[in-house]
Amino acid sequence: MKVHIPSALRSYTESSEAEASGATLGAVLADLDRRYAGIRFRMIDEQDRIRPHIRIFVNGDQVRDLVQPLRATDEVVIVQALSGG
Amino acid sequence: MARNSGQTAGKKQGRATHARSVLVLVATRKGAWLYHSDATRSEWRADGPHFLGHTVNHLVLDPRDGRTLLAAAKTGHLGPTVFRSTDLGRTWKEAARPPAFAKAADGKEGRAVDHTFWLTPGHAGEPDVWYAGTSPQGLFRSQDGGVTWEPFSPINDDPQYRKWMGTVQDGTPDGPKLHSIIVDPRDRAHLYFAMSGGGVHESLDGGRTWVPLLKGLEVVEGFDRSEATFHDPHCIRLCPSNPDRLYQQNHCGIYRLDRPSDEWVRIGKSMPQPVGDIGFPMVVHPRDADAAWVFPMDGTSVWPRTSPEGMPAVYATRDGGKTWRRLDAGLPAKQAWWTVKRQAMTADAADPVGLYFGTTSGELWSSRDEGRRWTCIAQHLPEIYAVEAAEPA
Repeated sequence: MKVHIPSALRSYTESSEAEASGATLGAVLADLDRRYAGIRFRMIDEQDRIRPHIRIFVNGDQVRDLVQPLRATDEVVIVQALSGG
Repeated sequence: MARNSGQTAGKKQGRATHARSVLVLVATRKGAWLYHSDATRSEWRADGPHFLGHTVNHLVLDPRDGRTLLAAAKTGHLGPTVFRSTDLGRTWKEAARPPAFAKAADGKEGRAVDHTFWLTPGHAGEPDVWYAGTSPQGLFRSQDGGVTWEPFSPINDDPQYRKWMGTVQDGTPDGPKLHSIIVDPRDRAHLYFAMSGGGVHESLDGGRTWVPLLKGLEVVEGFDRSEATFHDPHCIRLCPSNPDRLYQQNHCGIYRLDRPSDEWVRIGKSMPQPVGDIGFPMVVHPRDADAAWVFPMDGTSVWPRTSPEGMPAVYATRDGGKTWRRLDAGLPAKQAWWTVKRQAMTADAADPVGLYFGTTSGELWSSRDEGRRWTCIAQHLPEIYAVEAAEPA
């Protein structure tokens, strides 16, 4: 499926979009990490929690849990969410 | 207690090195810079920014090969990582497994590394070993030059140590930190580290077991000084010329420890009373264990943490802390309200010793004569978190 990559993570993908597959959000992110080593840990901490300033949307709805089931036709959007100077 | 090397505490003279060049590594809230100079240290060439936009807490050159750099970095959005360069910063590669706590058992609340705060190269006899300290407090070790990192379970998961670490409210405004990781140059298994908060700790067996080293240290009035959790060491340095001597800048004063004693002596009592002995950094002389430098800050009332009276100054001792001398020639004489963080002041190994500090307002200052005269070598940088001086190969 198509995964939209925010600018903060494009040093890994060198593109605003990437392809990854998996039956859950966690599986898709693991597949993304296989293709772009290190990208998952920048988004997901060692306790499998989404980091505080990362948001993940599936088909426009925010997802907070890596066990969320996904279909091959779903669109995953990763967003960097932070304000401040 | 540390093993006794047979050395007596006090003055030990080492041999000056003849540096071909000096490299000053500057880590800031929004990137890192490398400043190159020749042995005269009179002209500096800036190389940077590296990692623009990343918060870089520490940037360290491996003294064992003179060309490997490790940078502890994160951004506002992204999790922490370590970058590694083997060509003095021309190219960088991310660690394959950055410092991270062990996954908690099901149903347990696990900790996550917010940022790697401190990097220490290992013993000269272990060329690929590095240590890292994190926020929240964690101790990590790499055996492959910083590519992969493993947690130190006897600290990170020990119930007693977890109690001493407290919560995120028991640390600095930027989170509780494990710092000042020190490897005894005579014995790779003899280690120290400190925690803000959580006290000073020592291991004689390579990190398998640890004991607190708190005797003589004061805590904030009203708290129990026997409890490690109430201790807030800001920076500890071991004297290269006499590894039985350590100096410490603490939240509650300046201290010296001469092993095999395990009792810290508050040498900051001899600082001028209006200035006090509160600050963040601690710097030791590379060849004279009686010489050290501090950068005091205002620790009165609500703790402004600025230069006292807006008049920044370094204070130096040449007699192990019995007396202190103000060194402010070249520094602003008034209305300068910055300060210097715990990793942001250091010394090179040249003769005379060069001193360097970076300010919270983004200025990099240096002295080529052990602090007698100061010169600003860079300004308008982001807030400076760490400064290291090194000799590249």
